[in-house]
Amino acid sequence: MNSPLPWGEGVPLPALSPAGAGRVRGFAVTNQNRRARLLTPDSRILNPNSVRSLKIIAAVLAKDLRLEWRNRETLASVCVFGILVVFLFNFAFESGREESLRQLPGLLWVAFAFAGVLCFNRSFALERENACLEGMALAPVDPGLIYLGKMLANLIFLCIAEVVIVFAASLWYNFSFVPSLKWFAPITFLCTLGYVAVGTTFGAVAANLHMREVMLPVLQFPVALPIFIAGIEASTGALKGDPPSSYMSWVKLAAGIAVIFIVLSYLLFEYVLEE
Amino acid sequence: MNKTLPTIHLLVTLVWMLLAFWMIFLYAPQELTMGEVQRIFYIHAPLAWVAGTAYTIVFLGSVIYLWKHSPLADDLAHASGEVGFIFCSSLLFTGPLWAKPVWGIWWTWDARLTTTLVLWLIYVSYLVLRRFAAGGQTQVLAAAFAIFGFADVPIVYMSIRWFRTQHPSPVMGGGENSGLDPAMLHVFLTNLAAFTVLGILFVWLRYKLQMQEQALESAHAQAALRGVSQ
Repeated sequence: MNSPLPWGEGVPLPALSPAGAGRVRGFAVTNQNRRARLLTPDSRILNPNSVRSLKIIAAVLAKDLRLEWRNRETLASVCVFGILVVFLFNFAFESGREESLRQLPGLLWVAFAFAGVLCFNRSFALERENACLEGMALAPVDPGLIYLGKMLANLIFLCIAEVVIVFAASLWYNFSFVPSLKWFAPITFLCTLGYVAVGTTFGAVAANLHMREVMLPVLQFPVALPIFIAGIEASTGALKGDPPSSYMSWVKLAAGIAVIFIVLSYLLFEYVLEE
Repeated sequence: MNKTLPTIHLLVTLVWMLLAFWMIFLYAPQELTMGEVQRIFYIHAPLAWVAGTAYTIVFLGSVIYLWKHSPLADDLAHASGEVGFIFCSSLLFTGPLWAKPVWGIWWTWDARLTTTLVLWLIYVSYLVLRRFAAGGQTQVLAAAFAIFGFADVPIVYMSIRWFRTQHPSPVMGGGENSGLDPAMLHVFLTNLAAFTVLGILFVWLRYKLQMQEQALESAHAQAALRGVSQ
């Protein structure tokens, strides 16, 4: 029999009401059921029923945090790797206090960037085991919400790693971050948000490629470049103790980039997860 | 018809390019301060134009592919991506050739130079992604990446422009003292058209080649299926 259904003839079909259409996701995503999913009242985040959307985001986030809590592999490797970058930089640029102060923001951002690559790779390498990524893609929810959950988990991991890296740098370079922390911390958080926004999407893209460990930095570094520039420029100003107005334009740029990257990723993640 | 049209296009491109190069070296007047070196401008600027246009086609093709799932749009994006990469590479090669005698340095991290380099890196990543993606996902992933990359280029330009810029400001349409000598303008426009025709020829040939590759692949698959069923 040429049944279009994978479970064959004779099995009662699930009733496809317009509201339920998005819940029964097809095995191949066609334009038709994509449209049906978009029309589902609770499938997009910007709707009256956004509590459900928040619950989905929280579920993905909680899953990643629980997994990390049980083996602590990502955080351990990312933190150690970040500390090693700071450690190596000390030998790359043997310099006095004044000079090292000038290099510090760049050094930190190089460490953050490499730590991020490790974090994003790991985030989706986990999902590949036992075809978890396919399982999530088949779940009757908006893929953009899965993206937001994964992104928040990565944001938490990378922020923790950044605290460790900054602590190591503070210790080894004899530099106190405390006086400038009021501006340095929010700036770093904002730029990290932008970086994680693009990194999570590209981690998912790279998870589908051969040689994904190499492909992730190749794909994401050119695209994430403006984030690094803004992050380095703004944190240089903050660490030097300049008035915030002198680097506020960089902060605004970073915020704009973060918003653009999050919106683009939210919209495109559906295609990245597809098939 | 299948063979004659490309042949005509090829001949036209060939003659046009010859004319364009003759104009660059024998017709165009010598520039006052930069001398002979300035003649590379007639190649450099059209290369930039074709690279940018090809990249726009990659973006549009990717959007149409994700929207309509039309394989034609994806093939066109792929072909333009490869051609754009060639033109962008040539652009990055001719730039330093001009910069060394005029600026005294091969390269500087100026807004337009850095943006072009990032554009080139995104082209490279796009092609590598297409090469390394597994099976049926190639098109979708490449299209998503192309859209991301295209949105990124203006941001890169903006963020780097806040550092000082060294690249010459637009020569034409940039105020009272801008503009070209009429003879130079003739050479420039001829070259612009010549390189555009060349770019279209490349994209078309690459597209045809892809069609043939796909036909061959599906023929192989069919043959294999027949072999299994027998």
